[in-house]
Amino acid sequence: MAANPASRWGLRVLGLGYLTMLLLIPLVMIFYKTFEEGIGPPLDAITSPDGLHALKLSVLMVAIAVPLNTIFGVGCALLLVRHKSKLNPVIDAVINLPFAVSPVVIGLSLYILYGSGGWFAFIGEEGFKILFAVPGMVLASIFVSLPFVVRETVPVLQEIGTDQEQAASTLGANGWQAFWKITLPSIRWGVAYGVVLTTARVLGEFGAVTIVSGSINGQTQTLPLFVEKQYANFNSTGAYGASLVLALLALITLFAMNLLKRKEDA
Amino acid sequence: MEAHPANLPAPTASRAGLRLPGIGTGVGNGMVVLYLSIIVLLPLAAVASEAFTGGIGHFWEQVTSPLAVKSLKLTLVCSLIVVVINGFFGTILAWLLVRDRFPGKSIINAVIDLPFALPTIVASLILLTLYGADSPLGIDFAFTRTAIVVALCFVTLPFVVRAVQPLLLEMDREMEAAAASLGAGNFTIFRRIIFPNLLPGLAAGIALAFARALGEFGSVLLFAGGNPDTTVSSVFIRNQVESGNEIGAAAVSVVLLVASLLLLASVSLIQRWAIRHDRGSTDFVVAVENKDVSGGGA
Repeated sequence: MAANPASRWGLRVLGLGYLTMLLLIPLVMIFYKTFEEGIGPPLDAITSPDGLHALKLSVLMVAIAVPLNTIFGVGCALLLVRHKSKLNPVIDAVINLPFAVSPVVIGLSLYILYGSGGWFAFIGEEGFKILFAVPGMVLASIFVSLPFVVRETVPVLQEIGTDQEQAASTLGANGWQAFWKITLPSIRWGVAYGVVLTTARVLGEFGAVTIVSGSINGQTQTLPLFVEKQYANFNSTGAYGASLVLALLALITLFAMNLLKRKEDA
Repeated sequence: MEAHPANLPAPTASRAGLRLPGIGTGVGNGMVVLYLSIIVLLPLAAVASEAFTGGIGHFWEQVTSPLAVKSLKLTLVCSLIVVVINGFFGTILAWLLVRDRFPGKSIINAVIDLPFALPTIVASLILLTLYGADSPLGIDFAFTRTAIVVALCFVTLPFVVRAVQPLLLEMDREMEAAAASLGAGNFTIFRRIIFPNLLPGLAAGIALAFARALGEFGSVLLFAGGNPDTTVSSVFIRNQVESGNEIGAAAVSVVLLVASLLLLASVSLIQRWAIRHDRGSTDFVVAVENKDVSGGGA
């Protein structure tokens, strides 16, 4: 469609105008609002004991959920692509579930499963606290971010085929060697892309974690929960400060996504 | 799942002609099923079971309680409005990114994914700042239904763009040239040639955006709040949990769950239809499958 200049400009104004009002101005707003009263107040909020604790807890979520979902994701992708079985369509459908389910429903599901009267309530009764504690938040983080690595790895695995692995095994490599030397290097950018998405999702998760954590100051607050609590307590500077940290992480995520997409295409 | 290396001589080796570290076989399947059961299936089964603890009558009572119905209706209507808006603007943006040239295009292309990367609670906070009582633009619609729609537009923007973009990229432009040479105007070309070719992507993108909108929580929370007129279903569920009505929360959750499962199923139907009609490439399928429908920032 060789759009004439008038309609081309019309589309530009409509599309980019929408994007500006919806995305670009809000993005600039975070920076502006955070530093409205100088760098001191937001810095104080983030470096307050509760703020630092929230940051640490967010990092802990990433440190547990991301490796688990990465190992699971690569293993599961290999299984789905390389070993045809009747279970595959079922596994495939279940993996998509966390994408389809509301985060609040995910939080509620853990709340019911591990809460009093739930099927797994005995774990808490044994003294290992799951709800309103870190383990529950970890479970919620793993749940919401489960599909990314699988989804990113499957297409790459399909694309690379098995020729090189077969060559390696003819030359005497065992399965583990073929995996480390051939398979993993060929799928690394796909896996890395999945890891970036998983990390971003874990860092940003709010709904699921808020239900299972109870959002106790300095105990069960990740950064997003800290943002909400600060705002609710009328400390908007603190909320903006923590938001800025999260927004910067989001921008780094975008940058990494672009970089990895280019590597994958190359 | 942990891959068990060479200590497991994979029985599938001879069949596939390759030996991968112990994946496949009963062990691999077993571990995947175990992980998925603990993380995903058991919790969801617990919600479903909770919803029906008082029998189907009690479930129905909960789902049809005035406040539950009100929240479901509100969620449905807002989500519908949102997918119409994003279907329209998303297609325009995809067209600009593929067919147009303007300075800063690659940055715009990257920024489209921002809603996937930005935590939803942050989105809610900045939308509130921009379009709330202290709006620097003098526009204030916080805590209204408009706020719900805007928040949902924000979080679902990438879906349509990213589903339509690959189809536009690979579209054969000779068809358009042929139509133009036969005297078709721009609008006719769009309606008769471009639009039908984009339809599978548009439909899939809209279905994914719709599923995401139905369950969205964080971005709506601060901006639209939970006053009686702006309580969407996810906020309603949270309120029920807080007031101790777990059965009511579970019942509405089941409704949302079924709705999003139907939408996901429709996406895979659209994909199959598109492949059969050679209207979608594998690129398109991959692009659509990788989109995260549920909550927050990625």
